[in-house]
Order: sequence, then structure tokens, then C-alpha cells
Amino acid sequence: MKRAEFRALNLKALWQGLMRDGGSGDRIVPPTGFTAQLTLFSAGAMAFLAVFALALALATGRLADRWSSELAGSVTVRVSAPEGDQDAATQAAMQVLSTTPGAGQPRLLPANEVAGLLAPWFGPDMPVDALPVPSLIDLPITGEDFDAQGLRLRLEAEVPAAVLDDHTEWRRPLVTAANRLRALGIVSLLLIAAASASMITLAAKAALAANGQVIRVLRLIGARDITIATAFVRRFTKRAAIGATVGTLCGMAGIALLPGMEAAGGFLTGLGFQGWGWLLPLLIPVVAGVVGFLATRWAALKMLGAVR
Amino acid sequence: MRDVGFGYHGGPELLSDMTLSLQPGMFHFLTGPSGSGKTTLLRLCYADLLPSSGQMTAFGDDVRQLTRDGIADLRRRVGVVHQDTQFLDHLPVAENVALPLSVAGQPVDMDALRDLLGWVGLTHHARAMPPSLSGGERQRAALARAVILSPDLVLADEPTGNLDWDMSVRLMQLLIELNKSGKTVLVATHDMNLIRAAKAQVAARVLRIANGTLHLAGADL
Repeated sequence: MKRAEFRALNLKALWQGLMRDGGSGDRIVPPTGFTAQLTLFSAGAMAFLAVFALALALATGRLADRWSSELAGSVTVRVSAPEGDQDAATQAAMQVLSTTPGAGQPRLLPANEVAGLLAPWFGPDMPVDALPVPSLIDLPITGEDFDAQGLRLRLEAEVPAAVLDDHTEWRRPLVTAANRLRALGIVSLLLIAAASASMITLAAKAALAANGQVIRVLRLIGARDITIATAFVRRFTKRAAIGATVGTLCGMAGIALLPGMEAAGGFLTGLGFQGWGWLLPLLIPVVAGVVGFLATRWAALKMLGAVR
Repeated sequence: MRDVGFGYHGGPELLSDMTLSLQPGMFHFLTGPSGSGKTTLLRLCYADLLPSSGQMTAFGDDVRQLTRDGIADLRRRVGVVHQDTQFLDHLPVAENVALPLSVAGQPVDMDALRDLLGWVGLTHHARAMPPSLSGGERQRAALARAVILSPDLVLADEPTGNLDWDMSVRLMQLLIELNKSGKTVLVATHDMNLIRAAKAQVAARVLRIANGTLHLAGADL
């Protein structure tokens, strides 16, 4: 078929045919039984996987943003001096920090908070007071004129016992990892869409090849390409959309049944949808329908081009 | 068609220098030995094949210039009874007969469909599936399907090829009735007895293909 004839096909008519209730248009294509079940199952399985890929992409995106913003929003100063000098060094560090441009009010972490931080390693019953635990000062960053390197040099000069930790060293690989995970999720989504399109195209081509005689008869009695193509397109688009809807709902149910943030802890806490994010997977059946529509249309028109 | 030539796959011409104009409302027979090109000539008439040379027009349009939709429109004006009666075997006879209406987007008038099936004697086979029909029943169903859009021209390719004499005469009677209702009819057949029997009832023009060319048959019939 010539390119011009491809373009001349009336998309509006195709879409109307898609939306209309079956009728004789659907009946001109013989029932395909097992192939239909396979298409439904494949579309459902792909949609199920797509839900998880989408959840992964969204979760890792949130994770990267959270790590990036939370850790970039403050720095920590650790003061570790000999026992008799600890309080004086801590006060000196507080003095330096409170006059640092671009920084908010420094906050000395009370002993119970420090104990809480150490609890995962030493357990809740460990007498932290008995340990030479350094003082920890949390310094919020409030302005763009905050200069971590300048503060580090100043602390070295004025309070040698104080060490500035701006989290950069371990924040960067975490954010990088999260961003890569997000990219992987997006790539997975694209691969799933491409695999779905391939699968539907193959199924449609198989159905078209099996119905070569039907197509020939229809052409001989005066059927236009659009009429024949619509019959196949409607059938495969519906199968893709229905299968994907079931798969999406199952996937969403699976995500909803994941352990909660408190129960799971660790990395899994962010995997899932939040707020309006629950609406996003509902786009998967729509995308599957569009993919089915385009893939079948392409296959049908290519096949029809070979029949006069 | 004027000076039309045709050869399959660019090979030697099966038909050459054919000039033919079907006269509206006339009954035409196309005869000739097997393999002489009768089916090919009919296929040219409904644009299933395109001529290799010469000029061919259908209802005023150059067949070579027709788009795919144009070809579909042409086929709605030309009812064809194929030699191998092509049906959709998964649809019952009534739906097969009504199929040209469906694909043309026209509503199916059930009373008219019933009348048409009655005309070809298939009222009781409306719900039967095509594979269960006999050869004669299939040909009559094919005729019903060919005329349901009330085409200007009806082509029949060896419609009686597999039928006994009585069934052949019955089918020919239907074609003659069609012609008497004003349709142009072209029937390809090599059965000279059938032609003679038909000519007793209707004024028919008999065309003969021999050696790739077309002649008007004369008093030898």
C-alpha cells in the first residue's frame, strides 16, 4: 500500500468503529478462541509488570528527591575532644556555627537523641553516657551563601576538635543509585510497552494471515480497507485494553497489599503509590489500548495492501 | 475495454487487443474453451486484475486510476457470482447474503432479505452454514449476495459448472429474471447447450474468446 493511502485512512472512522458496539462489524472476523485468550493473558501480564515498573520508577524518584533534599538541607558537626575539653570545644563550635552565613540556628543534639541514633548498633540498654560519644550539632542550611568548604577551614582553625560532615560523600552515591533505579523503572516501562506492541502485532498478524480468505472475500464484495481494518483493530484493541485493565487492577492490589512503612522498614518503605500517584497506573490500560490500536492498524493495513 | 491486453506476472498475453463494451440492460454470454481467459476477462471487469495494455473504463472511470476505495465502490456496482462461491463459512447463509450491505454500511431490510432468499429458493436455509449447502444452493446463495446491493452489472463465472442440468436451468432462469428486471448480465460458460436454452428465452449477445481475442459469435449457435 502506498504511503498516501496509509494517510488517507480515516482515523476518525476507525475510532468510531472502535467505540461502536460489535454488531456485524465484529462478526465478519471469525472467532479466534485460543489466540484471543493468549492476547488477553499477555496484555494482562504486561500490565501487571508495568504497574510494578511504574511503582518502582515513582518510588525511586521520591527516594532520590528525599535523600537529596533532606541531606542537602543540613550539615552535621561532630565535636570529639578529650574528656575535659569536650564542653568547651562544643561551645566554641556552637559559637562558630551561629555566626556562619547562610546557616540557621545550630542545635546540639541532646543525649537521648544521640542515644537513639546509636541504639541500632548498641541496643536500647547500652549506657551511652559511659561511652566517649562525640557531641553532634545539627546545622540547618538556610541560604545559598552557605560555604561548606569555608566553614570546614574555619572550624579547623578555631575548633580543631570539630569536624564538618556535609553528607556529600555518602549522599552522592545514594542519589545516583536512586536516579539509576528510576531510569531502570522508566526503561522497564518502555520495554514493556514495546514488548506489548510486538506481542499484539504478532497476534494480529497471525489472525490476519489466518483470515486471508475472509479478507479476500470482503474485498471482492466491496468492503473498503477501513471497514476490514476496523474489524480487526476493534477486536485486538478491546482485548489489549481488557487484559491490561485486569492486569493493572491485580498489580495495584498487589502494591496496596505490600507491608506498610512501619512494618517493612528500610528500602521498601517508599515502594508504592501515594496520593494522586494511584491514578497513574489507570493510564496503563489506556496506553495498552492505544498500543493495540496502532499495532493492529499497522499490521492490518500492511496485510490489506497485499490484497487487491 | 479498448485494445486491452493482459498477461499474468508480466508473461505472454493471455488476452490481447480486446475491445468490448457491455450494453446496458443486455444479457451477454462469454464462451470459449477452458483456459481461454473467460475468468480473467471477468476479473478485469471488477478490477481484480488490471490490464497490461489498452484502456479500460467502468461506469465512466478509468480502472487503472481507481484508488482502493474506488475499487471497493466499483465492486458495489458489480455483483459477482464466483466460480468457487466464496463465503465466510463462520456466518450463516442469511448473513453471508447480507454481507455486502453490512460492509457498505447500509441497514439490512429483513423483509427484503427474506424475499431475496425466497427468490433463490433458500428461505429454509437462511440459518444454515455455507459448508452444509449443496453446490446448487451455494450458487444460488452467491447469486443472492451478488444482487443484494442492486448492482448495475451482474457477472457470473461458470455458475453452472458443477451443477446438473435441472439446477443449471434453474439458476439460468434466475439470471434471466434479473436481466428482465433491467440488469446487465454477463455469464461466462462453456456450456453451449445452456446458452442455446437461454437464448430461447432472452435476447442474448454471445461473445467468444479464442486464441486470446474476442469475437462476436454468430449463427453457429
